[in-house]
Amino acid sequence: MAEKHTFDDKDLKEIEKLTAKYPDKQSAVLPVLWYAQDKFGHTDPAVQRLVSKTLGVPEAHIRGVVSFYTQFYEKPMGKNVLDVCTCLSCQVSGGYDMLHYIEEKLGIKAGQTTPDGEFSVQSVECLGACGYAPMLQVTNDKFVNHLTREKVDKLIEDLRTGKQPDFESNPMPQHEKGS
Amino acid sequence: MSKDWKSYQPLLVPAIRDLHEISVYEKNNGYQALKKILKNRKTWTPANVVNEVKTANIRGRGGAGFNAGLKWSFMPEPDGEPRYLACNGDESEPGTFKDRKIFEFNPHQFIEGAIIAAYAMQIDVIYVYIRGEYRPFVLKLQDAIDQAYEKGYLGEKILGSDFSVEMHTHMGAGAYICGEESSLMESLEGKRGYPRVKPPFPAQRGLWGRPTTINNIETLANVPLVMQHGADWYLGIGPKTHPGPVLYGISGHVNRPGVYEYQAGMDIMTLINEVAGGVRGGKKLKALIPGGSSTPPLRADMLEGVTMDSESLRDAGSMMGTAGMVVLDEDTDMVELIWRISYFYDHESCGQCTPCREGTGWLEKTLRKIKDGNGEMRDLDLLLAICYRMEGRTICALADAAAWPVRYSIDRFREEFEKKCKKTVYAVA
Ligand SMILES: Cc1cc2nc3c(=O)[nH]c(=O)nc-3n(C[C@H](O)[C@H](O)[C@H](O)COP(=O)(O)O)c2cc1C
Ligand code: SF4
Ligand code: FES
Repeated sequence: MAEKHTFDDKDLKEIEKLTAKYPDKQSAVLPVLWYAQDKFGHTDPAVQRLVSKTLGVPEAHIRGVVSFYTQFYEKPMGKNVLDVCTCLSCQVSGGYDMLHYIEEKLGIKAGQTTPDGEFSVQSVECLGACGYAPMLQVTNDKFVNHLTREKVDKLIEDLRTGKQPDFESNPMPQHEKGS
Repeated sequence: MSKDWKSYQPLLVPAIRDLHEISVYEKNNGYQALKKILKNRKTWTPANVVNEVKTANIRGRGGAGFNAGLKWSFMPEPDGEPRYLACNGDESEPGTFKDRKIFEFNPHQFIEGAIIAAYAMQIDVIYVYIRGEYRPFVLKLQDAIDQAYEKGYLGEKILGSDFSVEMHTHMGAGAYICGEESSLMESLEGKRGYPRVKPPFPAQRGLWGRPTTINNIETLANVPLVMQHGADWYLGIGPKTHPGPVLYGISGHVNRPGVYEYQAGMDIMTLINEVAGGVRGGKKLKALIPGGSSTPPLRADMLEGVTMDSESLRDAGSMMGTAGMVVLDEDTDMVELIWRISYFYDHESCGQCTPCREGTGWLEKTLRKIKDGNGEMRDLDLLLAICYRMEGRTICALADAAAWPVRYSIDRFREEFEKKCKKTVYAVA
């Protein structure tokens, strides 16, 4: 049976570059899993097998790593994953309100994916944007800060048409004063 | 100490446009400290650099406040085999969002600091471990590293000397525990992030069994300041026991949340009321979490005259931690808040040690019961008993970090907890 997922020559070259950073191949497991997830959208058991073969690291080890780290998707997710922070600073700044609004809007609960496969929603731990709460992260990439219902509406509309959010810079207030 | 804060000029993240570009950084005295060292190798032997940094007493900004130079001095003599520096940019302690400012606005000062650290400890390879959620910032740092290679500050024979060092980024993938230094090393070795039993300490046996030092990003960004201006100058900033500039991350119920840079030892009420614009909506202040979720919350009435440095905060009954200050107004439900913190630690416990794996679960479950109105008075005693069984009995400090907020909140906000518990006494039978 042909494998569902494969790395082509270009991939293998990139992976070689990643491995070269470390004294042994096992140490490249995280970067190679990231590389695989970027390509395939997840690191399900088939992808784990591929990474295991590519690096010559036991499959059981790869599985252990994938299941330890929350950002690796053990199964396919929605095209857009909305990670809403509900931790400490976000909790006290309306993080749960935003989560519930998104859940209602998409008709799913945290941990679920919309039937059309467009969106998954998760309630997550502190993302390091506490001063810009409430906030969420889109598919392990851009942060969307200072959430309001309007901002959520706009974001979901954009994502439906394939438009990803821009990088939001949050300058230090001291810089804004031009001091 | 903080009376002259208004005239303070940022040193870690100065307000200079495009400072992340290497040419701009160079124009603003960037890489001068490194050049000075490499040009005067007789004066600035590795040991002398370690001593200077030790004298400057840079307190680690990753949470524990340990003197950076002293930590460097624990590295054994080189034996010709590889030695490593791991820079900790995991930044996952709730309430903390400061190191990303360095990645975005002044990455070269951190890179320069890491190179100087590598020189001082005769290190061959530097890894920068950054939490996976910071992917946009990893890319920014990588750009800066590429520039530094191009200009000959990294790589073989730096600036024509015989000193060489490599620098690589390594992205985590969502695990708070990987900020703990030995877990970080496991993660760098491509494994699940299970903290290691100490001893051996990283300086003896770290990455791939070799001597390793772990420092926080902000800690290393302080190093060029010390090497350029001298330890005495550095000791003149803020309290001598905890000197230097600090990135204060202020979040929660304030009018102007954000990361601010001032000298260490800033007066807490000044930070809340003047720097961050006071409590939002004209509300009264209820409490402050001074340095990330694991530092015990302080009631508003405990904050009078307390300053942001290890000693003052210790005396007040808390800790400096990461200086990630979470400001809480009078409407904050402390039980909900502490439950959510417990939920975090339960989620993030790696599960190796029974007191932590089971204890964090029990704290979460019991607090959930209380917050949902199903608690009983004796549950408060149960919580304290669980804390007691967790503290100081585990491989790493996550168990303590989980227990402290619970223990101290019950102590300091007991009425609130009691109000939520059913008015029961101990069961008769
Ligand atoms: C559970 C746990 C999580 C930690 N997370 C971080 C972190 O995200 N960033 C960090 O710099 N230090 C973190 N630390 C502290 C590190 O173990 C280590 O002390 C620190 O990186 C050393 O750097 P410093 O001496 O420059 O502060 C954590 C410690 C524990 C116990
Ligand atoms: S204290 Fe908790 S997080 Fe730390 S090693 Fe033990 S189980 Fe893991
Ligand atoms: S608490 Fe939400 S980003 Fe830190």
